[in-house]
Amino acid sequence: METTWTASKMAPFRQGMQAGVAIAIGYMPIALTFGLLAKTTGLTLAETVLMSVIVFAGASQYIALSLLSVGTGIFEIILTTFILNIRHFLMSASLSEKAEPDELWKKALYAFGITDETFSVAAMKEGTVNASYMFGLIMMAYGSWVVNSGIGYAVGKSLPESLQDSMSVALYAMFIGLLVPALKKQRKTVWLAGLAAVFNSLGTFVFHLSKGWSIVLATLLSAVVVQWLAKEGGNKDE
Amino acid sequence: MNNAIIWMIIGMGLVTYLPRMLPLVLFGRVELSPFWQGVLKNVPYAALGALVIPDIFFIQDDILFGIIGFAAAVIAAWLGANVIIVVLASVAVLSCYSMLI
Repeated sequence: METTWTASKMAPFRQGMQAGVAIAIGYMPIALTFGLLAKTTGLTLAETVLMSVIVFAGASQYIALSLLSVGTGIFEIILTTFILNIRHFLMSASLSEKAEPDELWKKALYAFGITDETFSVAAMKEGTVNASYMFGLIMMAYGSWVVNSGIGYAVGKSLPESLQDSMSVALYAMFIGLLVPALKKQRKTVWLAGLAAVFNSLGTFVFHLSKGWSIVLATLLSAVVVQWLAKEGGNKDE
Repeated sequence: MNNAIIWMIIGMGLVTYLPRMLPLVLFGRVELSPFWQGVLKNVPYAALGALVIPDIFFIQDDILFGIIGFAAAVIAAWLGANVIIVVLASVAVLSCYSMLI
């Protein structure tokens, strides 16, 4: 019985690590390039790694670099970061519906590792997620992000150009790989993803919203509209 | 290390951490209405749609690049490949494409 206990205790962590492999691969080119750009922007190696350790948010870190290079004030950089990451509020709220009741400090700890990618993988997992699973998943993603940021800086080189270009699709391909099985199973998910894609395109091209606002508004709007339609449809059946 | 940069990093870390942490820690304790629970369960599928489209089509200046990557990933995933295979397949297809052009 003891071995069963150990196995079941270990399983979620390892399962999380396995699920994190695709993220680790996908983060590699982005983190390497971040390290490289940080160097050309004039940051030290320590500052570069520290930013990846403390912030752990790809898009905001890139934008911070480009704002620094044009001499934007620090307050504005922090504000831009906040707006870009508001969508994590929605993702964290969604994850709270799926999270097992772990101790609060564990939740507060793994919440640090919620990114578009770790959230998507965790959310598409069958059943619930617990802290062990999240720690395994985040360790892979975070490890890849921090280590590759440092390597990018130290080596001063990214991947060969053609591979770098091809790998820019990796995280999108991962999102597609997570989404398609759900699309095949449930008609509702087609509407959710499709509407959000349309809203995000409108937000980007028609309303010229920033990426941060566009994604969060498109996601929320689609989730609410589809829920409302499902409720109306459900009531008619009653 | 430059002090201003350190403060910037700490500030960025704080405004990134709070939205990640607050809902997960607080929502576990309040009971939402069934409607909003449903909305939150819808969020992942909607988020995935918005994370992919339209951005995937603009990963390179050549829009065909994104379209081919998108198609390769959708086909691989539709055939039932697991996520890592989907990632590797679309990267491989795009490597072939960039060698051709």
